[in-house]
Amino acid sequence: MNAPLPSDPLDPHTTRRAADRPPAVEVLSAEKIFANGTRALAPIDLTIAEGEFLTLIGPSGCGKSTLLKLIANLIQPSDGRILWWRGDFGHVGQGGRGLAFVFQEPTLMPWARVDANVRLPLDLADVPRGKADPRVSDAIARVGLSAFARHFPRQLSGGMKMRVSIARALATEPNLLLMDEPFGALDEFTRNKLDDDLIKLWWERKLTTVFVTHSIYEAVFLSTRIVVLAASPGRIFRTMTIDEPQPRSQDFRDSARFAAYCRELSTWLAEASLPSASGVTP
Amino acid sequence: MKPLLQSETFVRIAAPLAVGVALLAVWEIGCRLGSIPVYLFPKPSDIFASLIKNGPSLLRALLITLRITLQAFAAAVVLGTLIAFMFVQSRAIEVSLFPYAVLLQVTPIVAIAPLIIILVKNTQLSLTVCATLVALFPIISNTTLGLRSVDPGLASYFRMNRASRLKTLVRLRIPGALPYFFGGLRISSGLALIGAVVAEFVAGTGGRSSGLAYEILDAGFQLDIPRMFAALFLITVTGVLLFGAMVGLSKLALSNWHESEIGAEA
Repeated sequence: MNAPLPSDPLDPHTTRRAADRPPAVEVLSAEKIFANGTRALAPIDLTIAEGEFLTLIGPSGCGKSTLLKLIANLIQPSDGRILWWRGDFGHVGQGGRGLAFVFQEPTLMPWARVDANVRLPLDLADVPRGKADPRVSDAIARVGLSAFARHFPRQLSGGMKMRVSIARALATEPNLLLMDEPFGALDEFTRNKLDDDLIKLWWERKLTTVFVTHSIYEAVFLSTRIVVLAASPGRIFRTMTIDEPQPRSQDFRDSARFAAYCRELSTWLAEASLPSASGVTP
Repeated sequence: MKPLLQSETFVRIAAPLAVGVALLAVWEIGCRLGSIPVYLFPKPSDIFASLIKNGPSLLRALLITLRITLQAFAAAVVLGTLIAFMFVQSRAIEVSLFPYAVLLQVTPIVAIAPLIIILVKNTQLSLTVCATLVALFPIISNTTLGLRSVDPGLASYFRMNRASRLKTLVRLRIPGALPYFFGGLRISSGLALIGAVVAEFVAGTGGRSSGLAYEILDAGFQLDIPRMFAALFLITVTGVLLFGAMVGLSKLALSNWHESEIGAEA
Protein backbone atom coordinates (compact mmCIF):
# COMPACT_ATOMS: atom_id res chain seq x y z
CA MET A 1 0.00 0.00 0.00
CA ASN A 2 3.02 2.28 -0.41
CA ALA A 3 2.55 5.54 -2.21
CA PRO A 4 4.47 5.58 -5.52
CA LEU A 5 7.93 7.13 -5.17
CA PRO A 6 8.15 10.43 -6.99
CA SER A 7 10.45 11.29 -9.87
CA ASP A 8 14.18 10.71 -10.10
CA PRO A 9 15.05 7.17 -9.05
CA LEU A 10 18.70 8.17 -8.46
CA ASP A 11 17.72 10.84 -6.03
CA PRO A 12 18.82 9.74 -2.57
CA HIS A 13 16.65 12.36 -0.92
CA THR A 14 13.44 10.96 -2.23
CA THR A 15 14.19 7.29 -2.85
CA ARG A 16 15.64 6.66 0.58
CA ARG A 17 13.68 7.54 3.62
CA ALA A 18 15.43 9.78 6.11
CA ALA A 19 15.45 6.94 8.64
CA ASP A 20 17.54 4.75 6.32
CA ARG A 21 20.38 7.22 6.05
CA PRO A 22 23.09 7.60 8.71
CA PRO A 23 22.35 10.37 11.18
CA ALA A 24 24.40 13.55 11.12
CA VAL A 25 23.02 14.85 14.39
CA GLU A 26 21.07 13.10 17.11
CA VAL A 27 19.39 15.14 19.80
CA LEU A 28 18.72 12.76 22.69
CA SER A 29 16.31 14.04 25.34
CA ALA A 30 18.18 17.32 25.35
CA GLU A 31 16.55 20.07 27.38
CA LYS A 32 17.57 23.58 28.21
CA ILE A 33 16.77 25.50 31.37
CA PHE A 34 18.37 28.93 31.55
CA ALA A 35 20.06 30.26 34.67
CA ASN A 36 17.03 32.40 35.48
CA GLY A 37 14.86 29.27 35.61
CA THR A 38 13.19 29.72 32.24
CA ARG A 39 12.56 26.37 30.64
CA ALA A 40 13.43 27.08 27.01
CA LEU A 41 13.23 23.50 25.81
CA ALA A 42 11.50 20.45 27.21
CA PRO A 43 13.41 17.21 26.53
CA ILE A 44 13.65 16.92 22.76
CA ASP A 45 14.43 13.92 20.60
CA LEU A 46 15.34 14.63 17.02
CA THR A 47 17.47 12.79 14.49
CA ILE A 48 18.79 14.70 11.51
CA ALA A 49 19.90 12.44 8.68
CA GLU A 50 22.82 13.09 6.34
CA GLY A 51 21.74 15.21 3.41
CA GLU A 52 18.52 16.41 4.99
CA PHE A 53 17.30 19.98 4.76
CA LEU A 54 15.53 20.35 8.06
CA THR A 55 13.69 23.49 9.03
CA LEU A 56 12.71 24.52 12.54
CA ILE A 57 9.66 26.76 12.66
CA GLY A 58 7.33 27.87 15.43
CA PRO A 59 5.87 30.79 17.36
CA SER A 60 8.30 33.13 19.07
CA GLY A 61 9.66 31.72 22.29
CA CYS A 62 9.35 28.15 21.09
CA GLY A 63 13.09 27.63 21.46
CA LYS A 64 13.93 27.06 17.82
CA SER A 65 17.03 29.22 18.02
CA THR A 66 17.97 27.56 21.30
CA LEU A 67 17.71 24.15 19.68
CA LEU A 68 19.87 25.33 16.79
CA LYS A 69 22.46 26.70 19.21
CA LEU A 70 22.48 23.36 21.04
CA ILE A 71 23.16 21.62 17.74
CA ALA A 72 25.92 24.15 17.03
CA ASN A 73 27.37 23.48 20.50
CA LEU A 74 27.16 27.22 21.15
CA ILE A 75 25.32 26.37 24.37
CA GLN A 76 25.20 23.17 26.41
CA PRO A 77 22.05 21.19 27.20
CA SER A 78 20.94 21.23 30.84
CA ASP A 79 20.15 17.58 30.52
CA GLY A 80 20.29 14.92 27.81
CA ARG A 81 22.92 14.92 25.09
CA ILE A 82 23.65 15.59 21.47
CA LEU A 83 25.66 13.39 19.13
CA TRP A 84 27.38 14.50 15.97
CA TRP A 85 28.05 11.68 13.52
CA ARG A 86 27.47 9.33 16.43
CA GLY A 87 30.18 10.96 18.54
CA ASP A 88 30.66 13.89 20.84
CA PHE A 89 31.51 17.40 19.66
CA GLY A 90 35.22 16.59 19.63
CA HIS A 91 34.33 14.70 16.45
CA VAL A 92 33.36 17.87 14.66
CA GLY A 93 36.04 19.56 12.61
CA GLN A 94 37.94 16.30 12.01
CA GLY A 95 37.90 13.87 9.12
CA GLY A 96 35.59 15.91 6.92
CA ARG A 97 32.95 16.57 9.56
CA GLY A 98 32.83 20.34 9.46
CA LEU A 99 30.11 22.52 10.84
CA ALA A 100 29.30 26.04 9.77
CA PHE A 101 26.88 28.51 11.30
CA VAL A 102 25.21 31.39 9.50
CA PHE A 103 23.78 34.07 11.78
CA GLN A 104 20.75 36.24 11.27
CA GLU A 105 23.09 39.16 10.71
CA PRO A 106 25.88 38.89 8.13
CA THR A 107 28.44 39.59 10.94
CA LEU A 108 31.19 40.60 8.55
CA MET A 109 34.33 42.44 9.53
CA PRO A 110 33.76 45.95 8.16
CA TRP A 111 37.49 46.60 7.83
CA ALA A 112 38.12 43.55 5.64
CA ARG A 113 37.30 43.07 1.98
CA VAL A 114 34.90 40.35 0.86
CA ASP A 115 37.66 37.81 0.13
CA ALA A 116 39.34 38.43 3.50
CA ASN A 117 36.00 38.01 5.23
CA VAL A 118 35.39 34.71 3.47
CA ARG A 119 38.91 33.57 4.30
CA LEU A 120 38.46 34.29 8.03
CA PRO A 121 37.46 30.79 9.19
CA LEU A 122 40.35 29.30 7.19
CA ASP A 123 42.76 31.83 8.70
CA LEU A 124 41.50 30.99 12.17
CA ALA A 125 42.08 27.31 11.41
CA ASP A 126 45.64 28.08 10.18
CA VAL A 127 44.97 26.91 6.64
CA PRO A 128 47.92 28.13 4.53
CA ARG A 129 47.13 30.90 2.03
CA GLY A 130 48.01 28.75 -0.99
CA LYS A 131 45.41 26.22 0.04
CA ALA A 132 42.87 28.72 1.31
CA ASP A 133 42.75 31.10 -1.66
CA PRO A 134 41.27 28.71 -4.25
CA ARG A 135 38.62 27.66 -1.72
CA VAL A 136 37.82 31.29 -1.01
CA SER A 137 37.42 32.24 -4.65
CA ASP A 138 35.39 29.10 -5.26
CA ALA A 139 33.04 29.93 -2.38
CA ILE A 140 32.67 33.53 -3.57
CA ALA A 141 31.90 32.27 -7.08
CA ARG A 142 29.27 29.90 -5.71
CA VAL A 143 27.30 32.76 -4.21
CA GLY A 144 27.76 34.78 -7.39
CA LEU A 145 29.95 37.55 -5.99
CA SER A 146 33.18 37.02 -7.92
CA ALA A 147 33.02 40.57 -9.24
CA PHE A 148 32.84 41.92 -5.70
CA ALA A 149 35.70 39.99 -4.08
CA ARG A 150 37.74 43.16 -3.50
CA HIS A 151 34.84 45.25 -2.22
CA PHE A 152 34.26 46.26 1.35
CA PRO A 153 31.06 45.11 3.11
CA ARG A 154 29.68 48.66 3.29
CA GLN A 155 29.69 48.78 -0.51
CA LEU A 156 27.30 45.80 -0.69
CA SER A 157 23.53 45.53 -0.30
CA GLY A 158 21.95 43.56 2.55
CA GLY A 159 21.36 40.54 0.35
CA MET A 160 24.91 40.60 -0.95
CA LYS A 161 26.29 40.81 2.59
CA MET A 162 24.26 37.72 3.46
CA ARG A 163 25.75 35.98 0.42
CA VAL A 164 29.22 36.80 1.71
CA SER A 165 28.23 35.31 5.04
CA ILE A 166 27.11 32.13 3.27
CA ALA A 167 30.31 32.06 1.20
CA ARG A 168 32.27 32.29 4.43
CA ALA A 169 30.40 29.21 5.67
CA LEU A 170 30.93 27.36 2.39
CA ALA A 171 34.68 28.10 2.37
CA THR A 172 35.11 25.73 5.29
CA GLU A 173 33.54 22.98 3.14
CA PRO A 174 31.16 22.02 5.93
CA ASN A 175 29.11 18.86 6.13
CA LEU A 176 26.59 20.43 8.41
CA LEU A 177 25.24 23.92 7.78
CA LEU A 178 23.26 25.63 10.52
CA MET A 179 21.35 28.80 9.64
CA ASP A 180 19.51 30.98 12.12
CA GLU A 181 16.91 33.02 10.21
CA PRO A 182 19.59 34.05 7.73
CA PHE A 183 17.26 35.95 5.39
CA GLY A 184 14.87 37.29 8.00
CA ALA A 185 15.94 40.89 7.55
CA LEU A 186 15.70 40.88 3.75
CA ASP A 187 12.84 41.87 1.49
CA GLU A 188 10.79 39.06 0.01
CA PHE A 189 12.17 39.34 -3.50
CA THR A 190 15.79 39.11 -2.32
CA ARG A 191 14.86 36.34 0.06
CA ASN A 192 13.33 34.22 -2.71
CA LYS A 193 16.41 34.72 -4.85
CA LEU A 194 18.67 33.65 -2.01
CA ASP A 195 16.42 30.67 -1.26
CA ASP A 196 16.73 29.57 -4.89
CA ASP A 197 20.51 29.77 -4.68
CA LEU A 198 20.63 28.10 -1.29
CA ILE A 199 18.66 25.08 -2.44
CA LYS A 200 20.99 24.70 -5.44
CA LEU A 201 24.03 24.82 -3.16
CA TRP A 202 22.46 22.29 -0.82
CA TRP A 203 21.63 20.04 -3.75
CA GLU A 204 25.10 20.18 -5.31
CA ARG A 205 26.85 19.48 -2.04
CA LYS A 206 24.33 17.18 -0.37
CA LEU A 207 24.93 19.45 2.54
CA THR A 208 23.03 18.55 5.70
CA THR A 209 21.27 21.77 6.64
CA VAL A 210 19.32 22.87 9.70
CA PHE A 211 17.46 26.09 9.05
CA VAL A 212 15.46 28.32 11.36
CA THR A 213 12.86 30.62 9.86
CA HIS A 214 9.65 32.54 10.55
CA SER A 215 8.45 32.22 7.01
CA ILE A 216 6.04 29.43 6.10
CA TYR A 217 6.77 29.86 2.38
CA GLU A 218 10.48 29.67 2.89
CA ALA A 219 10.15 26.58 5.07
CA VAL A 220 8.00 24.72 2.52
CA PHE A 221 10.16 25.75 -0.41
CA LEU A 222 13.48 24.72 1.10
CA SER A 223 12.88 21.79 3.39
CA THR A 224 12.80 18.06 3.03
CA ARG A 225 11.39 18.03 6.56
CA ILE A 226 9.84 20.72 8.72
CA VAL A 227 9.76 20.50 12.49
CA VAL A 228 7.04 22.66 14.04
CA LEU A 229 7.81 23.67 17.61
CA ALA A 230 5.36 24.87 20.25
CA ALA A 231 6.20 27.22 23.08
CA SER A 232 6.40 27.20 26.90
CA PRO A 233 8.17 24.99 27.21
CA GLY A 234 9.66 24.60 23.73
CA ARG A 235 8.90 21.20 22.30
CA ILE A 236 8.30 19.42 19.02
CA PHE A 237 4.67 19.85 18.03
CA ARG A 238 4.54 18.08 14.69
CA THR A 239 6.78 17.30 11.75
CA MET A 240 5.97 17.57 8.06
CA THR A 241 7.85 15.83 5.27
CA ILE A 242 7.98 17.69 1.97
CA ASP A 243 8.61 14.98 -0.59
CA GLU A 244 9.07 16.94 -3.78
CA PRO A 245 11.44 16.70 -6.75
CA GLN A 246 14.83 18.39 -6.42
CA PRO A 247 16.29 20.83 -7.04
CA ARG A 248 13.21 22.93 -6.54
CA SER A 249 12.61 26.10 -8.47
CA GLN A 250 9.99 28.77 -9.00
CA ASP A 251 7.74 26.10 -10.58
CA PHE A 252 7.33 24.50 -7.19
CA ARG A 253 6.43 27.85 -5.63
CA ASP A 254 3.74 28.31 -8.24
CA SER A 255 2.30 24.81 -7.86
CA ALA A 256 -0.96 23.89 -6.14
CA ARG A 257 0.91 21.41 -3.93
CA PHE A 258 3.09 24.22 -2.61
CA ALA A 259 -0.03 26.16 -1.66
CA ALA A 260 -1.49 23.07 0.03
CA TYR A 261 1.67 22.50 2.09
CA CYS A 262 1.67 26.16 3.12
CA ARG A 263 -1.98 26.02 4.13
CA GLU A 264 -1.46 22.95 6.26
CA LEU A 265 1.70 24.29 7.86
CA SER A 266 -0.07 27.54 8.61
CA THR A 267 -2.88 25.65 10.38
CA TRP A 268 -0.34 23.71 12.41
CA LEU A 269 1.46 26.88 13.37
CA ALA A 270 -1.81 28.41 14.53
CA GLU A 271 -2.50 25.30 16.62
CA ALA A 272 1.05 25.30 18.00
CA SER A 273 0.55 28.90 19.10
CA LEU A 274 -2.57 28.10 21.13
CA PRO A 275 -1.93 27.93 24.88
CA SER A 276 -3.60 24.52 24.96
CA ALA A 277 -1.33 22.99 22.29
CA SER A 278 -0.94 19.44 23.46
CA GLY A 279 2.59 18.80 22.28
CA VAL A 280 1.70 15.25 21.30
CA THR A 281 3.37 14.25 18.08
CA PRO A 282 0.87 12.46 15.84
CA MET B 1 34.80 71.33 -14.32
CA LYS B 2 32.56 72.43 -11.54
CA PRO B 3 32.45 76.09 -10.64
CA LEU B 4 34.96 76.76 -7.89
CA LEU B 5 32.37 77.83 -5.34
CA GLN B 6 30.54 74.53 -5.63
CA SER B 7 33.64 72.48 -5.00
CA GLU B 8 33.50 71.13 -1.47
CA THR B 9 37.28 71.12 -0.99
CA PHE B 10 37.58 74.71 -2.17
CA VAL B 11 34.89 75.92 0.21
CA ARG B 12 36.37 73.95 3.09
CA ILE B 13 39.72 75.64 2.65
CA ALA B 14 38.62 79.04 1.41
CA ALA B 15 35.89 79.78 3.92
CA PRO B 16 37.98 79.55 7.12
CA LEU B 17 40.85 81.27 5.31
CA ALA B 18 38.57 84.20 4.44
CA VAL B 19 37.46 84.46 8.06
CA GLY B 20 41.10 84.48 9.17
CA VAL B 21 42.08 87.18 6.69
CA ALA B 22 39.07 89.29 7.67
CA LEU B 23 39.93 88.99 11.39
CA LEU B 24 43.55 89.93 10.75
CA ALA B 25 42.43 92.92 8.70
CA VAL B 26 40.07 94.12 11.45
CA TRP B 27 42.84 93.64 14.00
CA GLU B 28 45.40 95.54 11.91
CA ILE B 29 43.03 98.40 11.06
CA GLY B 30 41.68 98.58 14.63
CA CYS B 31 45.17 98.88 16.10
CA ARG B 32 46.14 101.54 13.58
CA LEU B 33 42.97 103.60 14.02
CA GLY B 34 43.13 103.39 17.83
CA SER B 35 46.88 104.06 17.80
CA ILE B 36 47.31 101.22 20.33
CA PRO B 37 50.98 101.09 21.39
CA VAL B 38 52.95 98.02 20.35
CA TYR B 39 53.83 97.10 23.96
CA LEU B 40 50.14 96.80 24.82
CA PHE B 41 48.72 95.05 21.80
CA PRO B 42 50.79 94.64 18.65
CA LYS B 43 49.42 94.71 15.12
CA PRO B 44 49.66 91.56 12.99
CA SER B 45 52.30 93.30 10.90
CA ASP B 46 54.41 93.89 14.02
CA ILE B 47 54.10 90.25 14.95
CA PHE B 48 55.10 89.18 11.46
CA ALA B 49 58.11 91.49 11.52
CA SER B 50 59.14 90.04 14.88
CA LEU B 51 58.70 86.53 13.55
CA ILE B 52 61.16 87.31 10.75
CA LYS B 53 63.60 89.20 12.98
CA ASN B 54 63.69 86.58 15.73
CA GLY B 55 63.32 83.72 13.27
CA PRO B 56 66.42 81.69 14.18
CA SER B 57 65.94 81.83 17.95
CA LEU B 58 62.20 81.17 17.72
CA LEU B 59 62.79 78.27 15.36
CA ARG B 60 65.31 76.76 17.73
CA ALA B 61 62.84 77.11 20.60
CA LEU B 62 60.11 75.59 18.42
CA LEU B 63 62.27 72.56 17.65
CA ILE B 64 62.90 72.02 21.36
CA THR B 65 59.20 72.25 22.25
CA LEU B 66 58.33 70.07 19.29
CA ARG B 67 60.84 67.45 20.36
CA ILE B 68 59.38 67.29 23.86
CA THR B 69 55.86 67.18 22.42
CA LEU B 70 56.64 64.34 20.02
CA GLN B 71 58.56 62.37 22.62
CA ALA B 72 55.72 62.76 25.10
CA PHE B 73 53.12 61.91 22.46
CA ALA B 74 55.00 58.77 21.41
CA ALA B 75 55.43 57.73 25.04
CA ALA B 76 51.73 58.38 25.72
CA VAL B 77 50.68 56.30 22.70
CA VAL B 78 52.90 53.37 23.65
CA LEU B 79 52.13 53.49 27.35
CA GLY B 80 48.44 54.23 26.90
CA THR B 81 47.98 51.39 24.44
CA LEU B 82 49.84 48.96 26.69
CA ILE B 83 47.74 50.00 29.67
CA ALA B 84 44.56 49.64 27.61
CA PHE B 85 45.59 46.13 26.56
CA MET B 86 46.21 45.32 30.20
CA PHE B 87 42.81 46.70 31.18
CA VAL B 88 40.91 44.55 28.71
CA GLN B 89 42.68 41.40 29.83
CA SER B 90 40.65 41.32 33.00
CA ARG B 91 37.92 43.33 34.66
CA ALA B 92 39.76 43.02 37.97
CA ILE B 93 42.80 44.86 36.61
CA GLU B 94 40.65 47.56 35.07
CA VAL B 95 38.48 48.04 38.13
CA SER B 96 41.48 48.31 40.45
CA LEU B 97 43.59 50.58 38.25
CA PHE B 98 41.17 52.76 36.31
CA PRO B 99 40.47 55.16 39.22
CA TYR B 100 44.18 55.96 39.31
CA ALA B 101 44.16 56.72 35.61
CA VAL B 102 41.33 59.15 36.32
CA LEU B 103 43.29 60.58 39.25
CA LEU B 104 46.17 61.20 36.87
CA GLN B 105 43.84 62.94 34.48
CA VAL B 106 42.18 65.29 36.97
CA THR B 107 45.37 66.37 38.77
CA PRO B 108 46.40 69.70 37.20
CA ILE B 109 49.79 69.31 35.56
CA VAL B 110 50.82 72.76 36.85
CA ALA B 111 50.45 71.42 40.38
CA ILE B 112 52.64 68.36 39.97
CA ALA B 113 55.12 69.69 37.41
CA PRO B 114 57.41 71.28 40.07
CA LEU B 115 57.55 67.97 41.89
CA ILE B 116 58.47 66.09 38.73
CA ILE B 117 61.06 68.70 37.81
CA ILE B 118 62.66 68.27 41.23
CA LEU B 119 62.52 64.48 41.11
CA VAL B 120 63.80 64.06 37.55
CA LYS B 121 67.24 65.61 37.21
CA ASN B 122 67.36 65.90 33.43
CA THR B 123 65.21 68.90 32.45
CA GLN B 124 64.34 67.57 29.02
CA LEU B 125 63.24 64.29 30.52
CA SER B 126 61.21 65.90 33.29
CA LEU B 127 59.37 68.06 30.74
CA THR B 128 58.67 64.98 28.63
CA VAL B 129 57.32 63.16 31.68
CA CYS B 130 54.93 66.06 32.45
CA ALA B 131 53.65 66.23 28.89
CA THR B 132 53.24 62.46 28.77
CA LEU B 133 51.09 62.52 31.89
CA VAL B 134 48.80 65.05 30.24
CA ALA B 135 48.57 63.18 26.94
CA LEU B 136 48.17 59.70 28.39
CA PHE B 137 44.56 59.55 29.51
CA PRO B 138 42.68 59.95 26.21
CA ILE B 139 44.73 57.12 24.73
CA ILE B 140 43.99 54.84 27.69
CA SER B 141 40.28 55.54 27.85
CA ASN B 142 39.63 55.53 24.10
CA THR B 143 41.66 52.44 23.35
CA THR B 144 40.12 50.55 26.27
CA LEU B 145 36.66 51.49 25.07
CA GLY B 146 37.56 50.45 21.52
CA LEU B 147 39.02 47.11 22.54
CA ARG B 148 35.86 46.43 24.54
CA SER B 149 33.46 47.50 21.80
CA VAL B 150 33.63 44.29 19.87
CA ASP B 151 30.70 43.41 17.65
CA PRO B 152 28.96 40.66 19.68
CA GLY B 153 28.06 38.67 16.57
CA LEU B 154 31.66 38.62 15.37
CA ALA B 155 32.86 37.83 18.87
CA SER B 156 30.71 34.70 19.01
CA TYR B 157 31.81 33.81 15.47
CA PHE B 158 35.41 33.88 16.65
CA ARG B 159 34.54 31.84 19.73
CA MET B 160 32.70 29.31 17.61
CA ASN B 161 35.74 28.90 15.40
CA ARG B 162 37.86 28.31 18.50
CA ALA B 163 40.02 31.32 17.79
CA SER B 164 42.87 31.75 20.24
CA ARG B 165 43.05 34.84 22.47
CA LEU B 166 45.90 36.19 20.37
CA LYS B 167 44.05 35.73 17.08
CA THR B 168 40.92 37.32 18.51
CA LEU B 169 43.02 40.26 19.65
CA VAL B 170 44.86 40.72 16.37
CA ARG B 171 42.04 40.04 13.95
CA LEU B 172 39.01 41.33 15.84
CA ARG B 173 39.74 43.53 18.82
CA ILE B 174 42.56 45.63 17.39
CA PRO B 175 40.95 46.47 14.02
CA GLY B 176 37.68 47.17 15.80
CA ALA B 177 39.42 49.50 18.25
CA LEU B 178 41.18 51.57 15.57
CA PRO B 179 38.46 54.24 15.14
CA TYR B 180 38.47 54.84 18.91
CA PHE B 181 42.25 54.78 19.02
CA PHE B 182 42.50 57.43 16.32
CA GLY B 183 39.96 59.55 18.18
CA GLY B 184 42.28 59.28 21.18
CA LEU B 185 45.27 60.28 19.04
CA ARG B 186 43.61 63.52 17.93
CA ILE B 187 42.94 64.63 21.48
CA SER B 188 46.22 63.37 22.83
CA SER B 189 48.42 65.08 20.21
CA GLY B 190 47.07 68.48 21.21
CA LEU B 191 47.38 67.66 24.89
CA ALA B 192 51.02 66.62 24.47
CA LEU B 193 51.78 70.09 23.09
CA ILE B 194 49.86 71.79 25.87
CA GLY B 195 51.60 69.62 28.43
CA ALA B 196 55.02 70.43 26.99
CA VAL B 197 54.35 74.19 27.00
CA VAL B 198 52.87 74.19 30.51
CA ALA B 199 55.77 72.17 31.85
CA GLU B 200 58.24 74.57 30.21
CA PHE B 201 56.45 77.49 31.87
CA VAL B 202 56.80 75.86 35.25
CA ALA B 203 60.40 74.83 34.69
CA GLY B 204 61.25 78.24 33.27
CA THR B 205 64.63 77.00 32.08
CA GLY B 206 66.80 79.45 30.21
CA GLY B 207 69.86 78.88 28.10
CA ARG B 208 70.24 76.92 24.95
CA SER B 209 67.70 74.23 25.66
CA SER B 210 64.69 76.47 26.22
CA GLY B 211 61.46 76.06 24.30
CA LEU B 212 58.72 78.38 23.13
CA ALA B 213 57.25 78.84 26.60
CA TYR B 214 60.52 80.30 27.77
CA GLU B 215 60.53 82.59 24.72
CA ILE B 216 57.12 83.85 25.83
CA LEU B 217 58.25 84.36 29.43
CA ASP B 218 61.44 86.05 28.32
CA ALA B 219 59.62 88.30 25.85
CA GLY B 220 57.21 89.25 28.63
CA PHE B 221 60.04 90.27 30.96
CA GLN B 222 61.50 92.42 28.21
CA LEU B 223 58.11 93.83 27.16
CA ASP B 224 58.84 92.55 23.65
CA ILE B 225 55.15 91.84 23.09
CA PRO B 226 55.37 91.13 19.34
CA ARG B 227 57.90 88.34 20.05
CA MET B 228 55.49 86.95 22.63
CA PHE B 229 52.75 86.81 20.02
CA ALA B 230 55.13 85.36 17.45
CA ALA B 231 55.97 82.50 19.81
CA LEU B 232 52.30 82.00 20.56
CA PHE B 233 51.62 81.92 16.83
CA LEU B 234 54.20 79.16 16.37
CA ILE B 235 52.64 77.11 19.18
CA THR B 236 49.21 77.44 17.59
CA VAL B 237 50.47 76.49 14.14
CA THR B 238 52.23 73.45 15.62
CA GLY B 239 49.04 72.36 17.35
CA VAL B 240 46.99 72.71 14.19
CA LEU B 241 49.56 70.82 12.14
CA LEU B 242 49.67 68.01 14.70
CA PHE B 243 45.91 67.76 14.68
CA GLY B 244 45.89 67.79 10.89
CA ALA B 245 48.48 65.03 10.80
CA MET B 246 46.32 62.88 13.09
CA VAL B 247 43.25 63.51 10.95
CA GLY B 248 45.24 62.51 7.87
CA LEU B 249 46.54 59.38 9.57
CA SER B 250 43.08 58.37 10.67
CA LYS B 251 41.71 58.97 7.18
CA LEU B 252 44.47 56.86 5.71
CA ALA B 253 43.71 53.98 8.04
CA LEU B 254 39.91 54.10 8.12
CA SER B 255 38.67 55.68 4.91
CA ASN B 256 37.89 52.31 3.35
CA TRP B 257 35.47 51.15 5.94
CA HIS B 258 34.64 53.36 8.87
CA GLU B 259 31.58 55.62 8.89
CA SER B 260 33.47 58.53 10.42
CA GLU B 261 35.71 58.83 7.37
CA ILE B 262 33.41 57.74 4.58
CA GLY B 263 31.49 60.98 4.20
CA ALA B 264 34.70 62.83 3.36
CA GLU B 265 35.20 61.07 0.04
CA ALA B 266 31.67 61.47 -1.25
